[in-house]
Amino acid sequence: MDTTEKLPPFSGHGLGCIRGGRVVFAGLDFAVAPGEALVLLGPNGSGKSSLLRVMAGLLKPAAGKLAWGDMATGAEPELHAARTHYVGHHDAVKTVLSVAENIRFWARLHQPDAGLAQGAVENALARFGLAHLRDIPGKLLSAGQKRRTNLARLLAAPSPLWLLDEPTTALDRHNIKVLETVFAEHRAAGGMVVLSTHQDVDLPGARTLHLDDFALDAEDTQP
Amino acid sequence: MIRFFEVVRRDLRLALRQGSDSLMVVTFFVLTVVLFPFGIGPEAGILERVAAGVLWVTALLASMLSLDRLFQTDYEDGSLELLVLTPTSLMVVVLAKVLAHWLTTGLPLLAAAPILAVLLHMNADGFAILMLTMLIGTPVLSLIGAIGAALVLGARRGGVLVSLLILPLYVPVLIFGVGAIDAAVQGLSAEPHLLILGALLAACLPLAPWATAAALRQALE
Repeated sequence: MDTTEKLPPFSGHGLGCIRGGRVVFAGLDFAVAPGEALVLLGPNGSGKSSLLRVMAGLLKPAAGKLAWGDMATGAEPELHAARTHYVGHHDAVKTVLSVAENIRFWARLHQPDAGLAQGAVENALARFGLAHLRDIPGKLLSAGQKRRTNLARLLAAPSPLWLLDEPTTALDRHNIKVLETVFAEHRAAGGMVVLSTHQDVDLPGARTLHLDDFALDAEDTQP
Repeated sequence: MIRFFEVVRRDLRLALRQGSDSLMVVTFFVLTVVLFPFGIGPEAGILERVAAGVLWVTALLASMLSLDRLFQTDYEDGSLELLVLTPTSLMVVVLAKVLAHWLTTGLPLLAAAPILAVLLHMNADGFAILMLTMLIGTPVLSLIGAIGAALVLGARRGGVLVSLLILPLYVPVLIFGVGAIDAAVQGLSAEPHLLILGALLAACLPLAPWATAAALRQALE
């Protein structure tokens, strides 16, 4: 990606989220510029996952709006989906498809060009140490291998905005290092990374956002 | 369009490797129809009279069996979230999944129907129309079924709930499907019935994916 200067910042203004009748956060502002990383911090139930789902467009914010540059993301959900990779709690690995088939499918949805997608998939397999597992069906994978298969989507099709919900879950130390390198390269190419984590992930110069600052009632945030 | 075929191909591959779904649907269809001669006696006259109704009712029930698989596994393993975030209209994804569902369940029913019609002594005049009604009717079943399958996502005992939700919606397909066959057997024109079935398909083709997409978004909120 060499479109660094063309990418506008991704931002949210006055975001509010209500889950099950409870206000999770309110009046939340954030901004991520190209090449930046934003780390969401906060105790369980403080709304990190909800905020990431709002950013991905899976959840409509109860208040406020998201913008890509000057454009509201809600106006063009398909455009927003095309520039976003979302990694949630579930790994979305089909048990009867092989590792390569799983990754290729998701890559092809983002990258209609078969040749480009194929090359990117090979690269993604190699980067996350999955090359020797490429023909193994999903049901035989360990939790960490499934997670890496899911993370390989990030590289299998280019998208500037990465939204990751605790991406280091089930990963060993070596693979967390790999992930950190991948993040660094993505940011160097002008990409943006937003992630929530409980573990230490080395993201030089990352900004942090403490979600408890936006809770309406501090007592309520810990169920 | 490429994305549409990618989703179809993936779902077909999944169905093929898991295998059990299509097989289960057809086996259920065959076994249930075979029960009727035992239940109401082997007299050709009676069987001939009920053949169209039996085939259609059983086909409805059989096609419903596999509905809860349509979105449930994708919902459970997180694939549905990513499918919703596909850079294309969610309706396209839904339509692709419905097509794959029809190819793996509707089409086998279509193939089994004439054999079972022979078993039930159906009048030979009805065969062509039976196939035609099934060809137009079973896609409608898959389309309407998708709405139900999407609505019950996340609910416990979704399989039972989905039958309660969509069986009433299947009634028009049943009425006109059976009506067409009966008309053909009695030497009347089946065309009006077929036209109404066609209209049902034409109405469901845009409306059902739209409603299903809305239900899927709701399920993920």
